[in-house]
Amino acid sequence: MYQEIILDHYRNPHNKGLREPHDGEAHHINPTCGDEVTLRVTLTPSPENALDGSATVSDVSYDSMGCSISQASASVLTDLLIGKTVDESMRVLDEFTEMMHSKGVGEPDEDVLEDAVAFVGVSKYPARIKCALLAWMAWKDATVQSMQSEPRGGGDGLEGAS
Amino acid sequence: MTERELGLLDAEKLREDFEILSRTVRDGRPLVYLDSGATSQKPRQVLDAEREFYERHNAAVHRGAHQLAEEATDGYEAARATIAAFIGAQANEVVFTKNTTEAINLVAYAMSNSATAGEEHARFRIGPGDEVVVSEMEHHANLVPWQELCRRTGATLRWFSVTDEGRLDLANLDELVNERTKIVALAHQSNVLGTVNPVRTVIAKAHEFGALVLLDAAQSVPHMPVDVRELGADFLVFSGHKMLGPNGIGVLWGRPELLAAMPPFITGGSMIGVVYIDSATWADPPQRFEAGVPMAPQAVGLAAACDYLSAVGMENVRAYEHALTGYALKQVGALDGVRIIGPVDGEARGGTISFVVEDIHPHDVGQVLDDQGLAVRVGHHCAWPLHRRYNVVATTRASLYLYNTFADVDALVEGIKAAQRFFGTGPGA
Repeated sequence: MYQEIILDHYRNPHNKGLREPHDGEAHHINPTCGDEVTLRVTLTPSPENALDGSATVSDVSYDSMGCSISQASASVLTDLLIGKTVDESMRVLDEFTEMMHSKGVGEPDEDVLEDAVAFVGVSKYPARIKCALLAWMAWKDATVQSMQSEPRGGGDGLEGAS
Repeated sequence: MTERELGLLDAEKLREDFEILSRTVRDGRPLVYLDSGATSQKPRQVLDAEREFYERHNAAVHRGAHQLAEEATDGYEAARATIAAFIGAQANEVVFTKNTTEAINLVAYAMSNSATAGEEHARFRIGPGDEVVVSEMEHHANLVPWQELCRRTGATLRWFSVTDEGRLDLANLDELVNERTKIVALAHQSNVLGTVNPVRTVIAKAHEFGALVLLDAAQSVPHMPVDVRELGADFLVFSGHKMLGPNGIGVLWGRPELLAAMPPFITGGSMIGVVYIDSATWADPPQRFEAGVPMAPQAVGLAAACDYLSAVGMENVRAYEHALTGYALKQVGALDGVRIIGPVDGEARGGTISFVVEDIHPHDVGQVLDDQGLAVRVGHHCAWPLHRRYNVVATTRASLYLYNTFADVDALVEGIKAAQRFFGTGPGA
């Protein structure tokens, strides 16, 4: 379960620390253990200036407290999703969620999930699935929130709906 | 260690009664079960009693006049008498509930229900200006029902603090318990810290003001002799499944005059006196609080668990667990990078040992232990405010019982060291 990729991300997390500007922010808590994540999403509107599925996830930053699985999962998420469109990112989320519910027998698409395939072993342990999904659920909420915000103009730092 | 210090208990012999303890887990590792604070394992004698009820006597109790109904009712009521005797009570003072949580809710709801019940229930009325006192170390089961009672009635919730050492802080006892106090709900033994609280002191103070005292004894009744008359509380609640008994049965013990003055919580069949189309009267306790077909097979199983524990002797259980706990505190406490959350001395504490391993999240500690066959609990153990008090998100908890051995404690120590090696923390990292 503790693949080297997971331990690497745990020891040296990527994109940790909350950043500005952001369009949406979500705070999620795992009620069974008290682990928490606060995650921010910044979207860049599509060329048509739309904040829809064609917008780009231009930044994801987070602050979190929790076990190796939840920490590494947040780190991998930022690597995977930053730079993708919202539609592409949602597909990654779906693939990741499906893998986490596969009870360890899933055959995840490595082209889609990249480093995140390392979490397939975690899906064998029902008590840890929530740990792996915590940041992803927060990302989904923060992104939905971001899409409902006003597109930010020329760097005026307008914060998203909360 | 002398036999006197250990108590007259042969854990290796007792283990033969618990088939589950001889199984393996996770690729053939022998199971080391250190999670009895969550739920205990069941000896063959308890399982046999429950099975025999189903195979020989099964019927809905307190209904029907056929032979099986009589036998089932006799079995159920005999179980009540056995369980009552186990805590020094009379049978009619014991109410069966689903578990400790339901027993606490029963009292909390009876209090708010008394607002619309007759004058004879006035003793339980509570409202704005009244106070309910709990402590920072309560399990959510003995906290949230009181928060909700206060929300429903406008009463005020207050609480005892805990000290850095994991003891109940009685410094402001005189201020906290006063003429406005209606009820004090307190853990007899903490499910996280292991602390056994000085409940007699609190009870004496509460009774000066006519306040009621409910003891959450879910973690004490399984592990030490408990005599309700000697303790002097008004209500005492515990669960069957934490004391070798079946799931789905718990106990509310109450002073008979208080139970008689309490309105019901859950209403329906068999808790009634007479029923008309638009109203009903209530049965006397304990039936008043046992609506619906009750869990007779589980009551019989719990009585068998009481018999089992009585045969071992609760003084022996306490002495053995005290020796085992002392050993565990010493061995775990001596590990570099490990901090025990709770009293580090064995006095006035039970065999629940919660700890933090520096730089390793409890989930990860638990995972490494699990890989070696050790079953512990990780998380906040349904005591989130207590964890906040000690500035920790979660802890790892090992909880001991009469079937645990000194070798189990050694396995725990080795497991913690393995976790430290795996995550590259601790000594030599």
